[in-house]
Amino acid sequence: MSKKKSIFQLLTEKPWETDQIEADNDHEGRTVNLTKQKLGLRTIMAASTVLFSLFIVAYSDRMLVSDWRNMPEPWLLWLNTGILIISSLVFHQTTKYAQKEIFDKTKNGLYFIGFLSYSFLIGQLIVWYQLISSGYYATSNVANAFFYLFTTIHGLHIIGGIYFWGKTTSKFIKRSHKKEEINNLIDICAVYWHFLLVVWLVLFGLMLTS
Amino acid sequence: MSDEQDHKLEAKSDYVADASSVSTPDIDAVPAAELPDQELYHSHSWWTTYVFSQDAKYIGIQYALTAIGTGLLGLVLSWLMRIQLAFPGLGWLEPSSYYQFVTMHGMIMVVYLLTALFLGGFGNLLIPLMCGARDMAFPYVNMLSYWAFVVAVLVLLASFFVPGGPTGAGWTLYPPQAITAGTPGYNGGIILMLISLILFVAGFTMGGLNYIITVLQLRARGMTLMRMPLTIWGIFTATVLAMFAFPALLVGCLMMTLDSLLGTSFFMPAMVSLGEKLTHEGGSPILFQHLFWFFGHPEVYIVALPAFGIVSDLLSVHSRKTIFGYRMMVWAIVGIGALSFFVWAHHMYVSGMNPWFGFFFATTTLIIAVPTAIKVYNWILTLWRGNIQLSLPMLFSLGFIVTFLNGGLTGLFLGNVTVDVPLSDTYFVVAHFHMVMGIAPILVIFGAIYHWYPLITGRMMDETLGKIHFWITFLGSYAIYFPMHYQGFVGVPRRYFEIYDSPYIDTSTLLLNKFITIAVLIVGAAQLLFLYNLFASARLGKKSEKNPWKANSLEWQTPQMPPEHGNWGKELPKVYRWPYDFSVPGAKEDYIPQNQPPSEIIGAKVEKT
Repeated sequence: MSKKKSIFQLLTEKPWETDQIEADNDHEGRTVNLTKQKLGLRTIMAASTVLFSLFIVAYSDRMLVSDWRNMPEPWLLWLNTGILIISSLVFHQTTKYAQKEIFDKTKNGLYFIGFLSYSFLIGQLIVWYQLISSGYYATSNVANAFFYLFTTIHGLHIIGGIYFWGKTTSKFIKRSHKKEEINNLIDICAVYWHFLLVVWLVLFGLMLTS
Repeated sequence: MSDEQDHKLEAKSDYVADASSVSTPDIDAVPAAELPDQELYHSHSWWTTYVFSQDAKYIGIQYALTAIGTGLLGLVLSWLMRIQLAFPGLGWLEPSSYYQFVTMHGMIMVVYLLTALFLGGFGNLLIPLMCGARDMAFPYVNMLSYWAFVVAVLVLLASFFVPGGPTGAGWTLYPPQAITAGTPGYNGGIILMLISLILFVAGFTMGGLNYIITVLQLRARGMTLMRMPLTIWGIFTATVLAMFAFPALLVGCLMMTLDSLLGTSFFMPAMVSLGEKLTHEGGSPILFQHLFWFFGHPEVYIVALPAFGIVSDLLSVHSRKTIFGYRMMVWAIVGIGALSFFVWAHHMYVSGMNPWFGFFFATTTLIIAVPTAIKVYNWILTLWRGNIQLSLPMLFSLGFIVTFLNGGLTGLFLGNVTVDVPLSDTYFVVAHFHMVMGIAPILVIFGAIYHWYPLITGRMMDETLGKIHFWITFLGSYAIYFPMHYQGFVGVPRRYFEIYDSPYIDTSTLLLNKFITIAVLIVGAAQLLFLYNLFASARLGKKSEKNPWKANSLEWQTPQMPPEHGNWGKELPKVYRWPYDFSVPGAKEDYIPQNQPPSEIIGAKVEKT
């Protein structure tokens, strides 16, 4: 294994020097010691972070115009936030069970996470229904429009997560792949769940405080 | 992720250190492979081989052909616009059609041709081959990426057939006019355009994920980052830029779609249209401009960086010389990539921004010229005392240097606020960006196609046809764009659909317009020659040798040429050097491929640059 190098060290290597040639010939071809799935997830998370940051920038910019009228936060949103926190905690615990190879607990954990995630989505839809039936349309104020936009984009991310959660769970139950591979997938899903929790907390916090 | 295919191959390679033990001293010794070989998907039917292919080489070709096909439409649109401009009396186009063609031409050329061809086309073809991988990291996602692109193109083309036609808002799609009555396609075409862009971004993100992970994690053994060809550096950095820049386009498109479909007010201010007050209020059109150009300026470099990388390799191979200042070239690519996120508002000098804001962006714009100039110097120094072969790729590369320099210099004019304000929205701007990000990258694309064509088909493209194509394209584009600089100086505004003799327009403008249009028609027709060469040579072309240009990089070192599925046969290549060991003193040949072990070239002295 090559030693960990900073990007600066990597970029200042002199590939034509004898010492460097010898060191380089031993290079195994990977830049970082991560599975391709893990690095892939990080790439996606970086792109998503940019996406949500730009939404937040747009929100902050638009907020300054005088027609902005804040939206109420229904109590159900707090419940949904709680569900998301619990699902993240459960996922954290499940990765530990998966590493210790406790099959039943891992399986139950995965199922419970699926249940919580679907509940979160349904909860968000109910919030939408409540808000729309009390007259907070997307057209009536841009603050409402931002709320619907944020919840949709975040919800789509959750749906994407649920897709990979489904694939991982079925692989886990069928035991069709090697243990390390499946644990790797469970870890990745868990990181993604934590990421979406943080995104939601930031968005929710932003909407609460403005 | 989804490489859950039924059929997997564990093409485990045996790295036996003493495979050729006859005279191999231990400088060749390579430690046993620590990484398992990549699992590959194997197709079984015609459909999964050629249509829903998961082989990056096929996907690259599919991307390239789709992009070129779309680009031809963009070319024809430019013909139609130019005929209108040269002969305004004919009544050739309605004003609305003119604006629609301008818009579609711009969007097609920038996004659907150049971005898709450089990253989707050359990225898919070259990344696995040049890095020494069997395929992309996630082949299935890669296939999805291509088909999302196809759907995006189809949605874009569908906008020609909806009532009201495609959008005529200009390729920047500025609200409020893009979605307000009076602009062509304000309620149908623009929606399809936005949906198409959203699909493109989604598809690109899937592709970009593959390019990044493959370059970072799936390289051959011995292939350090600083041994990668500059082509890969260019494509890789451009992909990183795209992953950060495209979200801005996505945000802008999503919010404008909502403004248009639902009637929200993200970008739409309170306004009166056709005598009626619209329901929108308070939206910020400037916000869209910031989002658009936060995408739009890195987009310039998303197109330019792969071109920089490719042209560096072409110059080095075809002048049989080490690239001058390899590390500096890498740093320049990375530096330009980073800086490109801090210059976007130089597209908005006339939007009424704070003068200090303009000052900041003028400064960053001039700073980004420094690494760019370093690259130009290094290209010229690579040619210096090289054994220059005036092959087709070299001709196009030389054409690129001149054209890029020309377009870059006018960029320095426009980057300064005080110079930009009078030149803004004139033909000077049109000339500038066509030179720097139209003609220059296209010349690289042609050079690259002539260079890598044997790798794809095993045959050479016709040299004579290619030379005719080069000279008409190169001289023709100067005939088109040089006069436009002059037109800009005398104040001819862009985006006017007819320009008559009037006290405000110089008579010479009208004559020049006719001249430019004739040049456009000739240059456009010359591209048919290229297309004929491209398709006919696949059958009729001269059979190519295995490594026709005597290049060092890995894509030419595959056991078969054209490379087969899995690229490398049983064993992955091992890399012992960078790809620029040309004309090394003491070596038998004037090139040393990257995977040639040191024992085979004893006596050769590699010089540092």
